[in-house]
Amino acid sequence: MSLSAKDKLAVKTFFGKVAPKVEDIGREALARTLFVYPQTKTYFSHWADLSPSSPQVKKHGLTVLNGVLSAVELIDDLKGGLLTLSELHAFMLRVDPANFKIINHNLLVVFAMMFPDDFTPEVHVSVDKFLAQVSLALAEKYR
Amino acid sequence: MVVWTKQERACIQDIFSKLNYEDTGPKALQRTLIVYPWTQRYFTSFGNLYNAEAIMSNQKVAAHGTIILHGLDRAMKNMDDIKSTYAQLSMLHSEKLHVDPDNFRLLADCLTIVIAATMGTSFTADAQAAWQKFLAVVVSALCRQYH
Repeated sequence: MSLSAKDKLAVKTFFGKVAPKVEDIGREALARTLFVYPQTKTYFSHWADLSPSSPQVKKHGLTVLNGVLSAVELIDDLKGGLLTLSELHAFMLRVDPANFKIINHNLLVVFAMMFPDDFTPEVHVSVDKFLAQVSLALAEKYR
Repeated sequence: MVVWTKQERACIQDIFSKLNYEDTGPKALQRTLIVYPWTQRYFTSFGNLYNAEAIMSNQKVAAHGTIILHGLDRAMKNMDDIKSTYAQLSMLHSEKLHVDPDNFRLLADCLTIVIAATMGTSFTADAQAAWQKFLAVVVSALCRQYH
C-alpha cells in the first residue's frame, strides 16, 4: 500500500497545519496512548509521572511528533531516511512494533478532534497510509 | 463478564446523547469504505462506490450507516448483556453476510474518529477509554457466533 503522488500531497498539506500545534498534539496523542492502552506504560517505568499533565509526557510527545514531521520531509525515501531512528528503536528502545499501530491510532483521533473539517476521509486514508509506512520504516532494522 | 463503572456508563451514555444518528452513522460507514476500500466487498449491491464523492453521496450507504448506529444504540441500552442482545446479529453477520470480523474493528476505529471530530476537546481521554472499551465489547459480541 505505497504512497501515490496524491497521498504525498495530502500528507504534506495536512501536516503543514499540524506543525504549528506540534506540542499540543504530540502531548495529547502520547497521553491518550498511555491512558487508553495502559500496557504502553511499561516502556516508561522510569518516569515519575505518567499523567497527561506530566512534563515528561509533554516533552516526549513533542519528540515523537517532531519525528513524524521529519518523516514527512523524507516521504520519498522513508526506509533510507529513517534508518538511524529504526536502529534506535530496534537495538536500544526495543519497542514492540505492535505499539506503532497504537500511537498511530491516537494521532488520528487527535487530528480528528483538532481539525474536524480538514481531516476528511480522503485526507484520513492518505495520512493512515503514511503512518503505516513510517511504522514499517521504523521496524526495518528489528530483524 | 464485563464490569462497567458508573463513570464508564455515564461517559458512554453521554457520548450517545451528543450524536445525531442520521449524521454519525453515515459518516462512519463512508469513512470505513474510503479509508479501507476492501470493505466495499460487502456492499456490491449498493451501486456506485467508485470514489470518495460517490460514496459520500450514496443513499444506500447513508441509510445503512444509520441502521448500524441504531444497532449500537441497542447495545448501549443493554450494556450489561451485550452478548445476548447481539446473538442473532452475530449469526447474521457470520452465517448470512459472511463478514470477516476484522471489519468490525475497522468500522469501530472509523466511528471513534468521527466521534472525535464531532465532540472535539470534550472527547477526553476518559471518554475515549470508556468508548473504546464499549466498542471492544460490541465487537466481541458480534464475533461470538462465528465458527
